[in-house]
Amino acid sequence: MTDLPEGVERRTFDGRKRLATRGETVYGEPRDEEGWRAWDAGRSKLGAMFEHGMDTGLVGGESVLYLGAASGTTVSHVADFAGPTYAVEFAARPVRDLIDVAEARGNLFPLLKDARTPETYTHVVESDLDCIVQDVATRGQADVAVRNRRFLSDDGRLLAAVKARSEDVVADPEAVFEAFLEDLRDSYEVLETQRLDRFHEDHLGVVARPK
Amino acid sequence: MNDGAPSTNAGWFEGIDPDESERASEVITDGEAEEPRNWPAIAVESGFVDSEEAYYERLHEASLDATRREVRERERADDMQLVHSIRAMDDAERTANELAERLAEWAGTLFDDADVGVDGARAVAERDPETPLEERVVSFAGRIADLADERDDLRAFIESRAPAVAPNLSEMAGPVLAARLVALAGGLESLAKKPSGTVQVLGAEDALFAHLKGRAPSPKHGVIYVHDYVRGTHPDHRGSAARAFAGKLAIAARIDHYSGEMKPGIHEELRERMETIRAREAGE
Repeated sequence: MTDLPEGVERRTFDGRKRLATRGETVYGEPRDEEGWRAWDAGRSKLGAMFEHGMDTGLVGGESVLYLGAASGTTVSHVADFAGPTYAVEFAARPVRDLIDVAEARGNLFPLLKDARTPETYTHVVESDLDCIVQDVATRGQADVAVRNRRFLSDDGRLLAAVKARSEDVVADPEAVFEAFLEDLRDSYEVLETQRLDRFHEDHLGVVARPK
Repeated sequence: MNDGAPSTNAGWFEGIDPDESERASEVITDGEAEEPRNWPAIAVESGFVDSEEAYYERLHEASLDATRREVRERERADDMQLVHSIRAMDDAERTANELAERLAEWAGTLFDDADVGVDGARAVAERDPETPLEERVVSFAGRIADLADERDDLRAFIESRAPAVAPNLSEMAGPVLAARLVALAGGLESLAKKPSGTVQVLGAEDALFAHLKGRAPSPKHGVIYVHDYVRGTHPDHRGSAARAFAGKLAIAARIDHYSGEMKPGIHEELRERMETIRAREAGE
């Protein structure tokens, strides 16, 4: 099991060891007296990647671009342990909740933008980021990763959760994952992959770094 | 590119007075750049802020403000704009057809080969008028062709816009039927609050009231009839198909209104359910 980043710990909630970060509660998750709140891996692909012991390369305090922030469940935990965190989400309704999450976190910057067109937020998101977390439920997930590579430092990490059904609901997930990795390899070196099925059916966790 | 925003590769704060929060919002929402740069350091160098900490504070305020405004804007506007668009499209179509009938009658007295309908109007519009009378008829035909073009443009607009407003409903029903259901309900929120039995007969209000007065059988479907799931199913099973389809449409509308995220699972469930219904033998 690789080390968790600083600011992420395993704490006991209701007699069970769970991932936790320190911050304001967001989605009704349990929180202990010291301010640590449980990080539900069943509702967070990044949480599931930690639970599976993937080597994310995160140590805490990183600058992060989060693509597909949705209503902010996972990005709230990221902002708890990371540095400047840019949260991109395209759908207006979940962003309403994301705004509430960001209000309580000075290092979290919400952006109502389409991750497929990074030029529309390039004037806001800084260069040489340490990490991109990608969890977008659209077709063309590899393309999203490739287009957003511009923000990543040469030694940065892409942590992607690939959703097979977003690409093709009927195709074999393994075939979808292979196609994703094939496209990704044009611009990234893939360091590790892991099925996240214990928490998220038909999802692949991917750790990669820019080529 | 936003009006007045620098067209070079500039950060969102360039040329902005740190106290102009509204302007900062606009640039965050509408601006663009080609290559990311070390914006915090540039903002300090250019004197926009004193320190990187101050930069992040400004960015936090500005991004919250811009996103809040944009969300409000998009949520308020989009479903009602879709409603206006589909009503305008229907009006344009109905009016074009009506005028085309008038034209067919008139043009038939002047030209032997005048066809009926909008296509007939397009053909007449192409003619070179030789008399002041023909000039009027050809000009009238031109207006009909323009109106029909407008209808096509409105349709294309709806097809591109509906998936952003109601992703699941559009995926399930197709963008035009999705827009029509939203219009019949009077908005996405009120569609989301309707039970599936109401969604099933939306657009069949006349038949429904005739039934409630005891004059007719209950309608099996309203406007959802135009979808292949209903129309393409054998008449014996059309009621089941309409019921299953409406049930999932009602769920899709709720997801679109309350969450706004695409949920592939319900589309798959509907496809499976439809296959089961259609696999039944006719008359079974």
